Amino acid sequence: MIRVAGLEVGFGHGRRRVHAVQNVSFTVPEGASYGLVGESGSGKTTALRAIAALVPPAAGRIEVDGRQVAARPDRAFRKKVQMVFQDPYGSLHPRHTVDRILREPCRIHGLGDIDGRIGHMLAEVGLGPAFRFRFPHQLSGGQRQRVAIARALILEPRVLLLDEPTSALDVSVQAEILNLLGDLRAARGLTFLFVSHNLAVVAQMCERVAVMMNGRVVEEADAGQLAAGALAHPYARQLLQASRGYDRELARSLVRFE
Amino acid sequence: MRLEVEKLSVRFPTPTGVVEAVRGVSFAMGAEKLGIVGESGSGKSTLGRAILRLIAPPGEVRAERLAFDGTDLLAADRRTLRRIRGGRIAMVLQDPKFSLNPVMTVGRQIEEAVRVHGRTGRREARERALAMLEAVRIRDPARVYGAWPHELSGGMGQRAMIAIMLAAGPELLIADEPTSALDVTVQMQVLAILDDLVAERGMGLVLISHDLDLVASFCDRVLVMYAGRVVESLPAGELHQATHPYTRGLLACLPDIARPRRRLPVLERDPAWATEELP
Repeated sequence: MIRVAGLEVGFGHGRRRVHAVQNVSFTVPEGASYGLVGESGSGKTTALRAIAALVPPAAGRIEVDGRQVAARPDRAFRKKVQMVFQDPYGSLHPRHTVDRILREPCRIHGLGDIDGRIGHMLAEVGLGPAFRFRFPHQLSGGQRQRVAIARALILEPRVLLLDEPTSALDVSVQAEILNLLGDLRAARGLTFLFVSHNLAVVAQMCERVAVMMNGRVVEEADAGQLAAGALAHPYARQLLQASRGYDRELARSLVRFE
Repeated sequence: MRLEVEKLSVRFPTPTGVVEAVRGVSFAMGAEKLGIVGESGSGKSTLGRAILRLIAPPGEVRAERLAFDGTDLLAADRRTLRRIRGGRIAMVLQDPKFSLNPVMTVGRQIEEAVRVHGRTGRREARERALAMLEAVRIRDPARVYGAWPHELSGGMGQRAMIAIMLAAGPELLIADEPTSALDVTVQMQVLAILDDLVAERGMGLVLISHDLDLVASFCDRVLVMYAGRVVESLPAGELHQATHPYTRGLLACLPDIARPRRRLPVLERDPAWATEELP
């Protein structure tokens, strides 16, 4: 469903150019869930944004559903590929009601029976009709993220790009949102590309994972290898150990990878 | 160093009624690492601020006892509080972007803390500032001394913040989510610095966090807060054998790398947790 080959993304010019993504390649089959993990600055979000055509790639090829992603993609691509962002406070228009937030994409794409769709979609993400005419500030963080998911799914996309969708939420709410995403993927046969700094979240949600560091993929592993701790690259191993909690000896032995 | 808190409550009057952010919290601590965990809105940060009397009116702090080394913090006047705040009890907040002064170099900010609390000269303050930067494992202290906060990464900024707070040699450090904005490997290094300070200087540390695994692996003792109250208090090593259904529920809903499940258990909140009698 998603095929990325030799992707390069850079910002700036000349000596000050930052190579945010360097020679990244991976494939996500239809209906699969693929994770990109790494620390800040590893290029995971930039890679995701390049697939969404939000940043222009400097080199390489990105295909979604067998077609190369254009620099300015058409409406059909936008309908097929939708995104959920990290910050449920920043990603919803503060002066639009939930109804208007969900109505806008339907109008742009000329969908019929908008009222019926909005009602159904809200029910599907676990929000009752009472939420329909509320403003984002009248919702909790978890409820807002449900609205953001509803906004992405109301166009019936086939690919969902998720950028740290639960990082701003409490763990109990995170569990609810992860379950909801898992259920929706199963029900609709969605393909997920899931970016997170949290290895446990990615292990929970994805069948396959790429570990990124300084713009490159240093290791690709499946969920079983991740669960067993069977990683080969020293950086990936260090990241895995560090995510298991505080360890005095490990803190002393941490290595900086350049 | 001994901090004693008995039946501490914090109330905020609002147009729609009084909000009781902290309700009857009691604990005592010495030179140890005490973790306070809970979800957003549980009152853990408000508790940390209340200890330093940082709750502004119309918020009210009440307690049967709030004492630091015998000094009654509730009865203390402003001069006494000024000497204690930043001097004997220091506080580190979550985000260095907002807690460092953006128009002052890092070095000057550390010097300010040294000079306010230590009555030292400029030269001595400079030396102490450089020594502090070294103590928090900054590789090139001279460069960071002259740097502006916007020139530092998150991890560096948080180390600089800790350097400021440690400059006066506090006996108690209240750290409110000090590493939540940092990458896991940087988080580990910052925690190791705090760990050493507790071990070497005999400093007390209150670590406020939402991260149960982190607190379980780092602290000596943990208080679990729910709806403004401490619902469970136990040694950190035994957190995974917690008995309160809230603590158990929080632990259960954490995803586990070694054990991905089809669905995560969801926390079912019992209204009784907010009111039940506690042991």
